[in-house]
Amino acid sequence: MTIKTADVIIVGGGVHGAATAYELAKAGVKTVLFEQMYLGFGGSGRCAAGLRQHFGTEVNLRMAKYNLQVLPTLEEELDTGMKLEFTQWGYMWVAYADSVLAQLQKNVNLQRSLDIPSVMLTPAEIHERWPYLNLDGIVGAAFCGEDGHINPQTMTLSYGYAAKRLGATIRNYTPVAKLLAENGKIKGVVTENGEEWHAPKVLLCAGAWSTPLAKTVGVDLPVYPERHNCLITEPVEVFECPMVLCLDDGAYFKQCPNGTFLLGRDDQDEPHTVDAGNSAKFLEGVTTSVLKRIPALKGVRVVHQWSGAYDNTPDHNAIIDWAPVEGLLLDCGWSGHGFQFGPSGGRVCKELLMGEKPFVDLHRFRLSRFAEGDLFFEPAFI
Amino acid sequence: MSKANVICRCEEIEIDEIRKWINYGCTDFEELKRILRVSMGPCQGRGCRDIIMREIAKATGKPVGELRISTIRPPVKPIKTMLLADED
Repeated sequence: MTIKTADVIIVGGGVHGAATAYELAKAGVKTVLFEQMYLGFGGSGRCAAGLRQHFGTEVNLRMAKYNLQVLPTLEEELDTGMKLEFTQWGYMWVAYADSVLAQLQKNVNLQRSLDIPSVMLTPAEIHERWPYLNLDGIVGAAFCGEDGHINPQTMTLSYGYAAKRLGATIRNYTPVAKLLAENGKIKGVVTENGEEWHAPKVLLCAGAWSTPLAKTVGVDLPVYPERHNCLITEPVEVFECPMVLCLDDGAYFKQCPNGTFLLGRDDQDEPHTVDAGNSAKFLEGVTTSVLKRIPALKGVRVVHQWSGAYDNTPDHNAIIDWAPVEGLLLDCGWSGHGFQFGPSGGRVCKELLMGEKPFVDLHRFRLSRFAEGDLFFEPAFI
Repeated sequence: MSKANVICRCEEIEIDEIRKWINYGCTDFEELKRILRVSMGPCQGRGCRDIIMREIAKATGKPVGELRISTIRPPVKPIKTMLLADED
């Protein structure tokens, strides 16, 4: 059997893998990316397409700010002919309890200290600005007008196509069966169709699929899947409804640039699985909850529902760190907010893989924090 | 100018646009769907899927039966949100 080689092997064709492939290819590094299905098949392509600078931890905010610096011109930069649909119609976190509002205020204070233009809004201010919202019972909200939407599927594909144009190899429908290590060092991967590839560095960024793959070289990851559901409606007249996230039952909705509405809602009973499936219970729950807040959607039709897996960690923050196996870099466990971190994730992974100093301090994302009991809780997660 | 040969009526995508992406190397229906939104509209692909699959078959030389089709997602036909919601 012929063994093929690369400088860097990337396992996982979500946005982090695709963006890293792009950054590495741009720097002239011989990169090959393996994806079990097609680019964006996992969490990246199934997410709610939100962009936000509402986090409650400094490193996430610094990375979120960087994302917002890159995204306005990313379509031009990648130049693949795909439309990324970047829009900034805002993102609102709506509190129904004083304790929740107090946490939002703390988050906003931190955001403002980093020059992020978030504000707190009163129920009266919300009513005046968005009279079509019926937010009875709310105590206030946090809002950032710079936040918004980008198309997760074209963004992931665009990074991949641009990486290919610059010389990266993208291998769709090629699941990796196991990682290879020798004497504590990473050696490469074996694919399910029996190909063996060697590289001195491997990036594992396969969402919740990372856990069983890391296990093949003896690395335990506290990353587990949790299924979440979304639906999309037919398009209606565009009125730039921002992302509205209701912190009582986790329901959210927003208008997309093409006029459709995207709706979702948390459900603690959803299975911890990477298997996408659909439930009628979700449709009833989400429509019941969302129609109360935006009655104008009553006559609008649901066109599709789908689901996808979060890659959760115990503290809802990512792992970006070298694994105990030398040369194996981890970028996973984003717990539901990973897609929008594609630009910054791609940048820091490229920096780490090339031995450069990352543009933000990644210490809080280290893997050993779980064993040390030094968890890094993200207060703003959905 | 009005469009000449619209294959996907939900998103108004012409055959030329589809062929352009296929020629560019995009011969996976899953990718075409995500790039052009074909089959993502209210008709759920009933109008365009077969035609696009034949175009991919022509370009790749593979019979339609050997090509991957995309996932078809519920509901089968669009349903009004108020019919799904529990009003109590």
